[in-house]
Amino acid sequence: MEVFALLVDGFVITFEPLNLALVIAGVVVGLFIGAMPGLGSVNGVAILLPMTFLVPPTSAIIFLAAIYYGAMYGGAISSIMLGIPGASTAVATTFDGRPLALKGLADKALVAAATASFVGGTISIVLFTLFALPLAGVALAFGPPETFALMMLAFATFIGLAGDDIPKTLFSIFIGLVFSAVGLDIISGEPRLIFGDITGFYHGINFLVLAIGIYGIGEMLWTIETSQGDVMMSKATVTFQRVFDNLRELRASAKTMIMGSFLGYFVGILPAAGATPGSLMAYGVAKTMAKDPDSFGKGNVDGVVAPEAANNAASTGSMLPMLTLGIPGSPTTAVLLGGMVIWGLEPGPLVFVDHPNFVWGLIASLYVANLFALFINIGFVPVFIWVLKLPFTILAPIIFVLCVIGGYVPTQDMHDVWLMLIFGVAGYLMRKLDYPMAPAVLAIVLGPLAEPALRQSLIGSHGDVMIFFERPISGTIMAVAIILFALPLIKFLNNLRKR
Amino acid sequence: MRIAEFVMALVLAVFSLYLMWKSAELPIGWLPGEGPGGGAFPFWLSLGMLLCCIAIIIRWIARASPPSRSRESFMTLETVKRFALVAGSLTVMIALIHVIGVYGAVPLFLIFYVRFLGRHSWKTTCALAFCTPVAAFFFFEIALKKTLPKGFTEPLFYPLYDIFL
Repeated sequence: MEVFALLVDGFVITFEPLNLALVIAGVVVGLFIGAMPGLGSVNGVAILLPMTFLVPPTSAIIFLAAIYYGAMYGGAISSIMLGIPGASTAVATTFDGRPLALKGLADKALVAAATASFVGGTISIVLFTLFALPLAGVALAFGPPETFALMMLAFATFIGLAGDDIPKTLFSIFIGLVFSAVGLDIISGEPRLIFGDITGFYHGINFLVLAIGIYGIGEMLWTIETSQGDVMMSKATVTFQRVFDNLRELRASAKTMIMGSFLGYFVGILPAAGATPGSLMAYGVAKTMAKDPDSFGKGNVDGVVAPEAANNAASTGSMLPMLTLGIPGSPTTAVLLGGMVIWGLEPGPLVFVDHPNFVWGLIASLYVANLFALFINIGFVPVFIWVLKLPFTILAPIIFVLCVIGGYVPTQDMHDVWLMLIFGVAGYLMRKLDYPMAPAVLAIVLGPLAEPALRQSLIGSHGDVMIFFERPISGTIMAVAIILFALPLIKFLNNLRKR
Repeated sequence: MRIAEFVMALVLAVFSLYLMWKSAELPIGWLPGEGPGGGAFPFWLSLGMLLCCIAIIIRWIARASPPSRSRESFMTLETVKRFALVAGSLTVMIALIHVIGVYGAVPLFLIFYVRFLGRHSWKTTCALAFCTPVAAFFFFEIALKKTLPKGFTEPLFYPLYDIFL
């Protein structure tokens, strides 16, 4: 009962006029930053961190957490409307969100994304409220072997993402992982895969360069070819009745939302995992669980619901190790952690005891931010739909310009813009030959997590791969991953034998 | 389509071999006391890419994949023309950014695309060519403090920075 009393105190703090205004402002700012290709919650939080010195620490964290939350909602908007993931956390939303928009069902996808985000966010905040401290212990049990096992599980869940052409899917995963290795070797610090000695490769290949190339440029080239001169981007329409109908239809996706929420939350609390692997795994699991897995990637609303519930749940989950252990679960929480230190708060279990107003004010503000984000999102759906109704010959060049700026902004290097163009053209040509490109994008996101975990584990075990199977948590995750890997391979081999 | 499937697999196989060779610039085996060499991760993955390409070629020979059975052409003349126009104008815009910056190249690209490819009115074209860079300037440079490339036009922006920053 003490928890509820503390939570009520938290709500009292959140409903102070200044804090409430900051929640609303944070959600709106986050929504726009998240929707902009090339900018994610980490940019919003980092840029606005200095502004928080004008207000008390509790108000500051409430503001930044609201931006984080708003950006999680916003990432889905550009994924659905433009086919460009606003951030890595929204990559999986593109797979089905974009096809839905192209079918004229953008309103359905947007409402599904907002509702799933709300459900994911709410479930995770409840879990956060009730089990913050015990779950922090689980996070501590995760070392490099467990992290690597988790990455293997993520790869296993999306190996079946794109049809039954296993060699092409595997190729896509491998090339994404190799691209993630470009830059400086994480252990020896030596330059690696610096093609043509071009200095731009020293900072590696940002996942956004590949994602915007494939989903922005490549998708536009594909649409230009397939539309055969059609003038409209989408035949979407929206009325309030349709929004309510969409909300009612979402009852069929309740199970997927709950699955995505729990999965996202538990992946989110793991140090260094964050919302991206959570959303990708949720998508893979939703596809595996579905009665009609073939409809995924072609506009299945569950393909939007699962990753969106998971990424919002994970964003709350990743705050848990930050607050209780001082370990950031994602780049954004790393910046939030920096803010806490600057404000004179020491993260760790004692922060719950020493600064209850701060912690419970933050937790209560998450409930409120989640609700506001839902209302603001649904309220903006007609505006988003209006943008989609612009003639294609107006929208396409604007998207190209956004792609160019989005490719430049993260590293401020024109080299990345050229690379994005090359990826876009190559992705378009490969797509014509049925190479699934989604696994490559997912692999470049997960590669920087998987390689260090693999190498650290092997260094610790002196090269013995059994380290992944002997430890109880990593062994269990590995076993599940191997089963998931084997299923499509067995199906593929069976198909070959039948032929 | 069938020929394109084979050519693509061959090109990707050669690219995989190049990646293997490039990865081998760093140690690819086990280093005593240090663990796997820096080149091991990309090297073995590139080998995986090569094996996948071989599998794709085997499936091509067996006509097992849809593109390997297809009689359609990979790109019609009309598609090539449209692709060249769009990808070409995009390439020119990116090249121009180095010289005249985003605020010069973007309006030129928009004028070309909206007026000449889209055949919209000059009024719409000019409105877009003016509003898009202005919005980009205020959103990215002023609100988010992310400077965009300006080429030789950089000094023209100093007075704006003095006013807004």
